[in-house]
Amino acid sequence: MFYELLINAIVAGVLLGGFYVAVTLGLSISFGILDIVNIAHPAFVVLGAYVVFVLHSEFGLDPILASVLMTPLFYALGAAIYQTYFISFERRGQSAQTALRGLAFFFGLLFVTEVGLILVFGVDYRFVSAPYIGPTLRLGAIDFPMRLVVPCVMSLALFAALQLFLSRTFMGRAIMAVSQDALALRLMGASPTRIKRIAFAISIATASMAGAFLIIIQPIEPSAGRVFIGRAFAICVLGGMGSLPGTVIAGMLLGVFESLTATFGGPSWAPAVSFGFLLLTLAVRPTGLLGR
Amino acid sequence: MRSPTFFVVVVAVAVLVFVAARLFGSDYAFFAGYVVLQYVVIATAWNILGGYTGYVNFGSSAFFAMGAYTAVVLYKTSPLPLPAVVLIGGIVSGIVGLGMGYLTLRLRGAFFAIATLAMLVVLETVIVNWDYVGGGRGTYVIRPQSVALFGDYIQYLVAIMLTLCVVAIVAARLIERSQLGYGFATIRDDELAAEASGVPTLRLKLIATTLSGAFMGMAGAPFPYYITYIQPSSAFALDYSVNAIAMPMIGGTTSWLGPLIGAVLLGTLQQTASVTLSPTVNLFIVGVLLIVFVVMAPDGILGLGRVVQTWWRK
Repeated sequence: MFYELLINAIVAGVLLGGFYVAVTLGLSISFGILDIVNIAHPAFVVLGAYVVFVLHSEFGLDPILASVLMTPLFYALGAAIYQTYFISFERRGQSAQTALRGLAFFFGLLFVTEVGLILVFGVDYRFVSAPYIGPTLRLGAIDFPMRLVVPCVMSLALFAALQLFLSRTFMGRAIMAVSQDALALRLMGASPTRIKRIAFAISIATASMAGAFLIIIQPIEPSAGRVFIGRAFAICVLGGMGSLPGTVIAGMLLGVFESLTATFGGPSWAPAVSFGFLLLTLAVRPTGLLGR
Repeated sequence: MRSPTFFVVVVAVAVLVFVAARLFGSDYAFFAGYVVLQYVVIATAWNILGGYTGYVNFGSSAFFAMGAYTAVVLYKTSPLPLPAVVLIGGIVSGIVGLGMGYLTLRLRGAFFAIATLAMLVVLETVIVNWDYVGGGRGTYVIRPQSVALFGDYIQYLVAIMLTLCVVAIVAARLIERSQLGYGFATIRDDELAAEASGVPTLRLKLIATTLSGAFMGMAGAPFPYYITYIQPSSAFALDYSVNAIAMPMIGGTTSWLGPLIGAVLLGTLQQTASVTLSPTVNLFIVGVLLIVFVVMAPDGILGLGRVVQTWWRK
């Protein structure tokens, strides 16, 4: 009985961790690679979830299909946000004061998005329906709830696509280069601002996809993103800041630990796990698991 | 202005505000005024760490709530007079601040900010799971109807909050003009260079986190008596964290005057908007104002004066 519980908890943790990976991939790009502390990232995840909700309830679109269709929208939003950020902060130089204001800027964005959603949709829980939400696959004694399996598989696919993009294409390599030496990149004839804008836009687009997974996994309300702030940053830091494979490992690890805590210690303690993780990582090994 | 003179002036202003409120104000003026004063203390406290040393604290509500929950524990174990409760609440939050300082010593910039947010959630989870103080359901705190000298209890609460404002503002101004303040400024401008020139950055940071936390705790300690029903979601509300950042940022972070201006402006605006529009809309306004100010007027209202000055000279 104990082992059955243990194995189920681990499987649920891995599946949940898959979803955490989707939330964090974008942050690993913006925070890890571009050094933009986008604390509003989880707010964009929730925004994405609401757009999926609207597409689903108005046009009857499948959540996964909707998530792919709306990425251009969020790509444009991300590009616009980066442009504002660049003009207001990055261009003014790299002092501690500008960094502080940049943080406050994203904190404000987080808050405005959340309160804006409350004003439009209210605080009721919203959900979508799809054939894969509800049924559970049973292999022996182990449960595979489909509403967790689908997002997990999708986010691993997202990871693979991003990893290929970053390591194989010219633009992807330019993004990796801009994090290492923007000046050298400029000498090669590429515009660091343009490349960062594209990378940031991609990170927001992945946030919207994660939003679709979120509304598949659970009903959402406007402040649902808050609990993911700590989780996403914990995973990003633990994974080694900007290493996508590290993000996947750290995400799964956190998912498993949270699931074990919820199973054996009670669900109300689960939120503290990620933050404990984060504090511990920052105190013991700030470079993360696969840090450079 | 010399510091003793400044102290007398601030006290005089505080007494005047209180007398004016008693003469002209309704009960509502006291209820709304309390919140504004509370924000003056929180914003000033945030600025001691955020404005002077440049370390952004996203977890202000955690310190506020630690003060509030200290008051709850004291209320349940051994009821003390409110000023003593405030003092103990400040000590507890100060210790939490010191602990946070120790935990995050090696973290700079964004990492520190995220760690404070992390601490907020950890502490909230602990309180939610602690049944003695009501857990997630919350608990009632019954306050006396009236107090000698002040009459209505809310007036007593306002008087205490006003005193805290005076203490916080005078302390902030003292810090600004002392060696401590210059030490803080070196950390803000270039921590590495400061350390290399022999500034004890480590100790200064701990002093800043402790002081800042202590004032936030003191602001939170009377809170259970103010709302009489306290639950984790109201004490740990992100509103306090946002306001704690927005108010100094909008007012200006370089001097004690900035948080005061920001808190009075934003606090009054929010109190008005809560009544005339809705509590949700007023939070929306705060968020938008914060974004507009960090983008358009990076040095806040105090900085606007400088912008106008340079324009004038052109």
